[in-house]
Amino acid sequence: MNNEELLLAAEQEREARAEREARVLVCQGTACHSAHSEQIAEAIAAELKKRGLEKRCSVVGVGCRGLCAAGPMVSVEPSHTLYHKVTVEDAPAIAESLPNGRVESLQLSTNTPFFTRQTKIVLENAGEISIERIEDYYAHNGYQALLRAITEMTPAEVIDEITKSGLRGRGGAGYPTGLKWGTVAKAVGSPKYVICNGDEGDPGAFMDRSVMEADPHRVLEGMAIAAYAVGASQGYLYVRAEYPLAVKRLNTAIRQAQKAGLLGENIAGTSFSFNVSVRLGAGAFVCGEETALIASIEGKRGTPRPRPPYPAQSGLWGRPTLINNVETYANVAPIIQRGSAWFASIGTAKSKGTKVFALAGKVNNIGLIEVPMGITLREIIFEIGGGIPNGRLFKAVQTGGPSGGCIPAEYLDTPVDFESLATLGSIMGSGGMIVMDDTSCMVDVARYFMEFCKHESCGKCVPCRVGTAQMYDLLTRISTGTAELEDLALLEELCDTVKYTSLCGLGQSAPNPVISTLRYFRDEYMAHIVEKRCPAGVCAMESTLEVNA
Amino acid sequence: MPPQPSKVAAPSADKRWKLVDATMRRNGNTAQALIETLHTVQESFGYLDDDALRYVAAVLGLPLSKVYGVATFYNYFTMKPSGKHTCVVCVGTACYIKGSKQIVGSIEKLAEIKPGETTPNNAVSLMVAHCIGACGLAPAGVFDNEVVGKLSVEDATQRVERWLKDE
Repeated sequence: MNNEELLLAAEQEREARAEREARVLVCQGTACHSAHSEQIAEAIAAELKKRGLEKRCSVVGVGCRGLCAAGPMVSVEPSHTLYHKVTVEDAPAIAESLPNGRVESLQLSTNTPFFTRQTKIVLENAGEISIERIEDYYAHNGYQALLRAITEMTPAEVIDEITKSGLRGRGGAGYPTGLKWGTVAKAVGSPKYVICNGDEGDPGAFMDRSVMEADPHRVLEGMAIAAYAVGASQGYLYVRAEYPLAVKRLNTAIRQAQKAGLLGENIAGTSFSFNVSVRLGAGAFVCGEETALIASIEGKRGTPRPRPPYPAQSGLWGRPTLINNVETYANVAPIIQRGSAWFASIGTAKSKGTKVFALAGKVNNIGLIEVPMGITLREIIFEIGGGIPNGRLFKAVQTGGPSGGCIPAEYLDTPVDFESLATLGSIMGSGGMIVMDDTSCMVDVARYFMEFCKHESCGKCVPCRVGTAQMYDLLTRISTGTAELEDLALLEELCDTVKYTSLCGLGQSAPNPVISTLRYFRDEYMAHIVEKRCPAGVCAMESTLEVNA
Repeated sequence: MPPQPSKVAAPSADKRWKLVDATMRRNGNTAQALIETLHTVQESFGYLDDDALRYVAAVLGLPLSKVYGVATFYNYFTMKPSGKHTCVVCVGTACYIKGSKQIVGSIEKLAEIKPGETTPNNAVSLMVAHCIGACGLAPAGVFDNEVVGKLSVEDATQRVERWLKDE
């Protein structure tokens, strides 16, 4: 497919859409899907048929709309009507109201901070386009950035544009994307590879999954542009096996793009060829680390190796390899399409663009959100998130999963960007954001994350393998009221050792949840150790158990 | 890399081995096919047994120790058949904060098994998952492939109790 054909296909799709009086968009994201939204879509289609409206109104399965807690979500275009908590029983009423009316009892206002305070780039198509048809992606200017890059720009110009945009890696570390691309482009060796890290292992994070499920072509397009820029012709998408829906939709999208000639040999008649294969992860958190992920693609145990050499010099099968996260690739096409200046105008001085967060825990509006960098935690939790349910008190927000930390109320006005969160002892991370209220015990939370890290430690290096187990034991002693003050000193010493001597990011960041809770909630640790009491009433104290028995 | 053995007999005449063969062939019958192949074995047979590991090792020309190493490294692979019903309780952060620990505890008590185990009568397997991505429905679980959200201790134990009686 060349540029003219692509523009024509997009135009045809828009015209076909305009002929319909209404489009009913039914969310098929994981949360809504598990609340039977597929049956809802079928029921609405059947009811439309009964009324002879099937030609005038279409029913489309779309990706995640964000507000998972209010699912299943259904929206009607062009009237921008949004329905929440829809059931199969509501299908007749919705069909009856079409094409022009609305069912007021189901309606959810979109004029609330949850919707108005978000800025969507990565998720702009999520919930708007069909999860099954590539034509819908065309209608939203899909693949135009790729064709523009490979026909009008040199690889160096593409890298320059990404560098100027200020895009930084969305996997958590925030490494400048353009710099990484430039390193791979300059590296000697062939062939080169492009890898997309979709091994979203943080418990409590589902951003990448939603992007892959809702807008798989956007990820493929970003990878293809990256491949052109660095000189690669083969890509691998490493996705968790626990995400069957994402795997299915990515494979469908790859087939569609190949058929359309947007992936494969000599794309758009140029000399650029690019193929992508999906590789399944197998449930190892450490495989989110780039060298471990590469080992896993090679069919080996996912254990990391020391860097340098970095994958940019010696990655997959010892070749120069570019590895970026799903969300990073999803930002690429819009930057090429709308220009680096546009992207750089969003966000803060050092953190450009937006960030997708999975907002969950003790917060009213649970779901997927995309916000400009620099927004404060307070705005996210209390405006977009709608505050804490049941009138409870906010205690902490956890960002960055097992590698991150807990941020207390006094820092709620901190802007969300890579540097500010690091200063607070947490990290941006991949985007998990868990809100905790006064019923959560911070020692218990630290112990929870340490149990996770202990379990997920690959065992290659001693500090991580032994250190996480020892820290877990110490935290267990504290949370059962059997620890002494010396144990706390030992715990702090171990935090330091594991942080500075572990081989990879998993071990180096494993102490973070402990360090940050000790920094802000030391009194809770002291209550457990000295008073043998859990202030939140979560931990069962052995000493009190004995008294009660 | 030495040329791979052309023909190793499958452990049995079971047609499912054809699927396994196809995966290995598609990946050039080389070491890099290992994880993809183990996925196919598990998808086809439900778990990985010794025969399967020996066969895959022979075809891919890998030492059995390496195949065993990979099979046991990754959490997703299981070397034990699961029971008639499976119950997966999500213990991702969002579910944990909303009390999934109590749900796991109540099922452990009721079925007298720990996560990763199956009841002696083979009726129920209990597992825990670190985030199934349904944080909006926390606490969530997967009962025989059906995702159940906003799970309560009562709801979870009732479901497992039905399965236990079923047998």
